Amino acid sequence: MSSRAPAILVLEDGRVFRGEAFGSVGETFGEAVFNTGMTGYQETLTDPSYYGQVVAQTAPQIGNTGWNDEDDESRRIWVAGYVVRDASRITSNWRAKRGLEDELASQGVVGICEVDTRALTRHLREAGAMRVGISSRSTDAEALLAKVRATPQMAGANHVGAVTTAEPYTYEAKETRYTVAALDLGIKRNTPRRLAERGITTTVYPAEATAEQVLSQGPDAVFLSNGPGDPATADHQVALTRELLRRGVPVFGICFGNQILGRALGLETYKLKFGHRGINQPVLDRHTDKIEITSHNHGFALRAPSAAAQAGEPFDTEFGRVQVSHVCLNDDVVEGLTCLDAPAYSVQYHPEAAGGPHDADYLFDRLVELIETTKGAKADA
Amino acid sequence: MPKRDDLKHILVIGSGPIQIGQACEFDYSGTQACRVLREEGLRVTLVNSNPATIMTDPEFADATYVEPITTEVIEQIIAKEKPDAILATLGGQTALNAAVALHDAGILTKYGVELIGADMDAIQRGEDRQQFKEVVLSVGGEVPRSAVCHTMDEVRDTVKDLGLPVVIRPSFTMGGLGSGMAHTWEDVDRIAGNGLAESPTTEVLIEESVLGWKEYELELMRDRDDNVVVVCSIENVDPMGVHTGDSVTVAPSMTLTDREYQHMRDVGIAILREVGVDTGGCNIQFAIDPATGRMIVIEMNPRVSRSSALASKATGFPIAKIAAKLAIGYTLDEIPNDITKATPAAFEPTLDYVVVKVPRFTFEKFPGADPTLTTTMKSVGEAMSLGRTFQQALQKALRSTETKAAGFWTRPDPVGATLENTLEALRTAHDGTLYTAERALRLGATVAQVHEACKIDPWFLDQVAQLIELRDEIEAAAVADEALLRRAKRAGFSDAQIAALRPELAGEDGVRRLRHRLGLRPVFKTVDTCAAEFEAHTPYHYSTYEEETEVAPSNRPKVMILGSGPNRIGQGIEFDYSCVHAVQALREVGYETIMVNCNPETVSTDYDTADRLYFEPLTFEDVTEVFTAEDESGRAAGGPGVIGVVVQLGGQTPLGLAERLQDAGLPIVGTSPKAIDNAEDRGVFGRLLDDLGLVAPDGGTATSYEEAREVAARIGYPVLVRPSYVLGGRGMEIVYDEDTLAGYISRATEASPEHPVLIDRFLDDAIEIDVDCLCDGEDFYLGGIMEHIEEAGVHSGDSSCALPPITLGAAVIEQIRAYTAKLAFGIGVRGLMNVQYALKDEQLYVLEANPRASRTVPFVSKATAVPLAKAAARIALGAKIGELRAEGMLLPEGDGSDAGPEVPISVKEVLLPFKRFRTVEGSGIDAVLGPEMKSTGEVMGIDSSFGLAFAKATLAVYGKLPTSGNVFVSVADRDKRAIVFPVRRLVDLGFTVYATEGTGLVLKRHGIDFTPVARHSSGEAVDAVSLIASGEVDLVITTPSASPGPRTDGWEIRSAAVVADVSCVTTIQGAAAATQAIESASRGEIRVASLQELHRRLRGAERAAA
Repeated sequence: MSSRAPAILVLEDGRVFRGEAFGSVGETFGEAVFNTGMTGYQETLTDPSYYGQVVAQTAPQIGNTGWNDEDDESRRIWVAGYVVRDASRITSNWRAKRGLEDELASQGVVGICEVDTRALTRHLREAGAMRVGISSRSTDAEALLAKVRATPQMAGANHVGAVTTAEPYTYEAKETRYTVAALDLGIKRNTPRRLAERGITTTVYPAEATAEQVLSQGPDAVFLSNGPGDPATADHQVALTRELLRRGVPVFGICFGNQILGRALGLETYKLKFGHRGINQPVLDRHTDKIEITSHNHGFALRAPSAAAQAGEPFDTEFGRVQVSHVCLNDDVVEGLTCLDAPAYSVQYHPEAAGGPHDADYLFDRLVELIETTKGAKADA
Repeated sequence: MPKRDDLKHILVIGSGPIQIGQACEFDYSGTQACRVLREEGLRVTLVNSNPATIMTDPEFADATYVEPITTEVIEQIIAKEKPDAILATLGGQTALNAAVALHDAGILTKYGVELIGADMDAIQRGEDRQQFKEVVLSVGGEVPRSAVCHTMDEVRDTVKDLGLPVVIRPSFTMGGLGSGMAHTWEDVDRIAGNGLAESPTTEVLIEESVLGWKEYELELMRDRDDNVVVVCSIENVDPMGVHTGDSVTVAPSMTLTDREYQHMRDVGIAILREVGVDTGGCNIQFAIDPATGRMIVIEMNPRVSRSSALASKATGFPIAKIAAKLAIGYTLDEIPNDITKATPAAFEPTLDYVVVKVPRFTFEKFPGADPTLTTTMKSVGEAMSLGRTFQQALQKALRSTETKAAGFWTRPDPVGATLENTLEALRTAHDGTLYTAERALRLGATVAQVHEACKIDPWFLDQVAQLIELRDEIEAAAVADEALLRRAKRAGFSDAQIAALRPELAGEDGVRRLRHRLGLRPVFKTVDTCAAEFEAHTPYHYSTYEEETEVAPSNRPKVMILGSGPNRIGQGIEFDYSCVHAVQALREVGYETIMVNCNPETVSTDYDTADRLYFEPLTFEDVTEVFTAEDESGRAAGGPGVIGVVVQLGGQTPLGLAERLQDAGLPIVGTSPKAIDNAEDRGVFGRLLDDLGLVAPDGGTATSYEEAREVAARIGYPVLVRPSYVLGGRGMEIVYDEDTLAGYISRATEASPEHPVLIDRFLDDAIEIDVDCLCDGEDFYLGGIMEHIEEAGVHSGDSSCALPPITLGAAVIEQIRAYTAKLAFGIGVRGLMNVQYALKDEQLYVLEANPRASRTVPFVSKATAVPLAKAAARIALGAKIGELRAEGMLLPEGDGSDAGPEVPISVKEVLLPFKRFRTVEGSGIDAVLGPEMKSTGEVMGIDSSFGLAFAKATLAVYGKLPTSGNVFVSVADRDKRAIVFPVRRLVDLGFTVYATEGTGLVLKRHGIDFTPVARHSSGEAVDAVSLIASGEVDLVITTPSASPGPRTDGWEIRSAAVVADVSCVTTIQGAAAATQAIESASRGEIRVASLQELHRRLRGAERAAA
């Protein structure tokens, strides 16, 4: 017997999808986005970059592997709401500790299932990401639409404060060879883990930390993490990054961190129509001409300052020459920057994966190389 | 990196005849490869002995050699064509083995030909078990734990360490002799004890068992810049221990977390790199311990495989096409994704639907064969379905398989089914394990109990349990209301299933009417590789019950072509060939073609073939819904909608739907379903023959044993009995007496007034003749006349044949033409018809007329250079034969009945799957031919004389033709006279004769020396069976006695030949033909010629004559 309550999903342009209650019963609002990964829902749900977003999963069978104690990418689920086609009622995986729905319910996450997620995705693809509401309390679409239209837009939203750590903490490598200070804009657990694999001990700082705080322990490099919201609001972090660049501290940014480095170098950000959210995105690394299949989660991107820059020609900035080092092969979106005259680089995607392929793991090796070269240069000087 | 400019000419090796484990998926991949290479401006030479393939159509290569895939023949082709490189990774194991043989023979070096795709080292690293194991370990992967032991103490310690069960393999024994699975300590002592004794090195390998583990496959692609993508993950619903080809499989994987999936991906990519497949596709299999997650690498195929075809259809990512482009130097980022146009092939497809593949078995064709599913593949075909959920996809796949059961609950449970015996049955994997699992759950078993019995993952079992819960709701509901029906349709229930649960709804038609009244119609979604992230430009659709449909409006006149469903014996690639031809011909003249089919192996289900592809079950419900969607959207766009539905080219599956579709208002074009029915109806057809003055063997129809006995008594034994309306001779037998007849009626058929049994006089020693023709109602065109080599009584699908006929005189041929024309007009054929005749004592008997595409259409089309199926499709849509002659599709004058002396002989020979099967006791099964079709595939040999053509055909099937050595002869009394001449020729050619006493005596009296061999049953030391088993015999000639049956000497001799893989001839005509072939081959006269040369000659001769 279908025991689920009816639920509705209403987009700000008035399109209504009907489904059934999933997870916590209630009402929720956010920006509607879709994720195309076929695996990794636990990682997606706990990725702080999804803060404020209602995520629709295009893969139709969700929850099959339940919820385990190892794969959370942060301390909690961050999505504002969850939309799936078919929610599994049992779990089948040797690591599973409980069901997905139990976890959503216990964390108070409102979801909806039995939705034509493909129609929703096609709609978002054509009309662009937009505000959305889900209700499993009432099926009054008009009322919900009014509420949706009253919620704030994602553009201009500063969400970093909501997800960042309150206090600094340290993730120790087994044998520390280097130390890195990470600015937590919504960092995922796999990042310090990947760094630790390379002998890097990471100290994670709150997003509002100052340059002095970040550099207080004398780190070998600073890492700018991924995170939610509009990068145009991240003025503090941009200023901090400019200070790091001035001091010649090695910087590695990913996702939101890429946008911050870009802004620090004078580039602009813009909102993509519907973003990249999935684990099958092909990126060309212009250093090696190799293609990597990568994990993405971004609704904003950097704009190359010129067509030549977009095509890979180095361009001049306040901090010397910079190259668009990575591009997405699907749509030519700028996916990475490398400073040619400063020890800094960044990518728009997720080398730490989780979920997603490990093709971009080499970017952490590049950080080690960058630290080594910078140290060498200093020793020479 | 752009295309290599040093490659101008590629030799593509095909996969030869369809066989179990190697079906039309390699026609799909080969066709794609040839098309791509030619588009890239390269010259393509192709070798493939299978005429029923699209790839061997002359327009797909510059030079097409329908020749045996043997080292000698390929060397001749290389010498003549001088290709720069060979692409052997798209033609299955056959092509890969051919490439290895060419390398080993030094031919690649001799002619300076490069292997592209995978080089020799990579092939060996991927295929050699030991080398592959080392590769896996070197990249940090795991293989089953094992240890070599020399004493029982070592064995016991090892088993303690590994835990039971274990696999025990003695070292250096022939063919894995003495290997076994030990479940208990007693088994260990017995198997390892014997193994140590049998092993010449006193050595056994004890290996951890992965039986019952979860099984996965990854399909990967790599380019020359070392970019790698995973195209698809596939999870086997059936656990380890069942061959993946025999397993129900699902894509994408359902029960892996991202962490586990990515680990599998990492290991897969590392293996691909280490093996060193330069460019193209490969497939890697993994096993995962469900309790701990430990992952083991099982094996890899360093080439495109059956799973690649499945993955291509499942994702919309055309692996073979991309592999061909990578092989000539492109990189993944340089190849556009066909479906999105805007994005490159360098990505990993993501699915927003679930794909389920279900295998199709035909154990009923091989009495005595062990139907247990093991690591040896036994299925002959497969059906695939797409749905938005697993439940929906599974139910659609189950009703796509063309079995008696069309999904759960459509057949009654077996009598006496209990929870206990159902759970017990689940302990052995079998055809329909999921049906049994469903029954167990319905009878009260828990998911845990069923999992314990069959090891299918609980997630899948719970999905089935949910279907049962919904079933119960449907049964219990006071009213089947909209909400409930909607849920049922979303879960994939067919109207027929719902009807079975709600009798008051007046059957499937009643459910459909109710559903339509409630507005419950499916929508059609698109397979787009990207889960809707980008716009799709390729209309590749599947049905589901959701909100939004994606059928694009079009005002062009549309024609639907119904495909042939899963391959099975009697219904194979030949029908797909005809369907593809119909699409090609109709597309060319401007129709919008719509293909409906559910077989993932085929060219017809390539989204490049038709304008629109619907991957749907070929059931009345699913087909009519596609029709409605296309027709309504077409009309709404201001066009005429669907103006024709072609059902005559896809064999039995679409034909079986024809009448209902027509009654439902679908515009069936071509020969009317009524006319097709009339030709099948004994009474109506008999009256037609009488009217036309044609003769059929005496016969009658019976709906009960009493009637059957009367008919048989009237016409005299032996009689040929069969159910009406079948393809491939299902249930057909020659019956010699009343007792056997009684047994047949009770056992093999479900005789009823709707399904009568046909009984005909069996014409002993008659020549059987097959004719394919076209008729447009006013004009007639004879496509070709084939003379069977085996006598009437051997199913035409199993018989080898020659075209043009090799012993028929001009008068007979004229008579055949006249008879066939009369029949075509009399029946009202609008398209193709196949007629079978028997010629006995100068009397031509009409055996049957089938007004539809036959299995021989591709063979005839290739032998005569006339595309019959294309012409049939055009005729069905109103074109006239005169028009098609003028266009050049048909010969301008004359037809297939007037082949001149310059026309070469084409021979069709079949491949029989006997060696794939074993009895429960492990011995071979009977290899005798009869009226029931058993072959899985066919080959074609073309040459100037029959002997040479037959030799090529034999080589193409067996890969060898003995030209000297030992021949064993044992024939039935009636054949003793006829065997003398062939054996004399064999002796002249240097063969040594072994014979049983009776046969030997006759030979002796004709001056032929022989070594006597005892019949097996006489129990003496040297007997026929052990002689054959010892491998000392190169050729077996044995004809069955008048009353064939199991456990006779003939049976044991034939099955021994099957097991020993010795050429075995079971008819006297076959022996004569084989002798001619051996004679020709030993003169070394075999030369190759391309189909293009042949066709130029054929069409040129006609034009010169015109």
